[in-house]
Amino acid sequence: MKEKNVLKMEFPSLSANEGLSRGVVSVFASQLDPTLSELGDIKTAVSEAVTNCIVHAYPDCIGMIYLRCRILEGDELEITVKDKGRGIKDVKKAREPLFTTGGSDRSGMGFTIMESFMDYIRVRSKENVGTTVTMRRKIEKRASVK
Amino acid sequence: MKVTWQKKKNKLYIYLNGELDHHEAGETVKRIEELIERETPRDCVIDLENLGFMDSSGIAVILKAYRQISAMGGRLCIENVQQQPMRVLDASGIERIIGFTALK
Ligand SMILES: Nc1ncnc2c1ncn2[C@@H]1O[C@H](COP(=O)(O)OP(=O)(O)O)[C@@H](O)[C@H]1O
Ligand SMILES: [Mg+2]
Repeated sequence: MKEKNVLKMEFPSLSANEGLSRGVVSVFASQLDPTLSELGDIKTAVSEAVTNCIVHAYPDCIGMIYLRCRILEGDELEITVKDKGRGIKDVKKAREPLFTTGGSDRSGMGFTIMESFMDYIRVRSKENVGTTVTMRRKIEKRASVK
Repeated sequence: MKVTWQKKKNKLYIYLNGELDHHEAGETVKRIEELIERETPRDCVIDLENLGFMDSSGIAVILKAYRQISAMGGRLCIENVQQQPMRVLDASGIERIIGFTALK
């Protein structure tokens, strides 16, 4: 798949970086001229993936989070969020709605939201090695109003 | 996140201003809990007119408020929800237990 633009950033798993990361992705995505609603979906999916690194991958330490955004051919935005944290034992189970290991502070809806707000999601994980979440969303061409 | 409030008769109105994510969730839960405990309203409204962003961490915040007010025999409802938070609330399926109105 041909890459038309790319942005990479890495940052420590501090919760203050949740807002920062979805803000950066939103600005990057703006070059595809998304609607407000598409932008809202993308920001939400990024927030879910980054929060999972902060809460679950590095539960009692600060680790690095690696985020990459790409514009692919056909006006598709791809977002990859990677951590080198504790990993997920059973990815299939983790992706079920309401499944959480986080107790009453979590809703268990993160993966469900990423799945329904994006066109594609892939989760690769290995225990004690880390997790990589890749998501894609096609941005519809809009007739320009002039 | 700024949390403001107002009590009208037996109803407590809580206004959330800003963005509700995991970073803001802990403090927000504490503020809401304290308010409900102190004001002991019958029912509670969480007004989201000025909440521009919410993710699934916000769902957990709302569910906690719901449990607290239900345990006191009252009702919770969510009012004036903007577009993005509404998408998240819809996806969560909690409209089966809590009533919502969208921002007009
Ligand atoms: N990056 C990650 N590292 C380790 N575990 C993860 C990661 N992301 C998700 N998980 C696991 O998958 C579960 C479900 O995630 P999610 O659907 O976002 O719900 P929640 O974050 O509310 O628990 C988490 O409770 C956790 O056990
Ligand atoms: Mg999550």
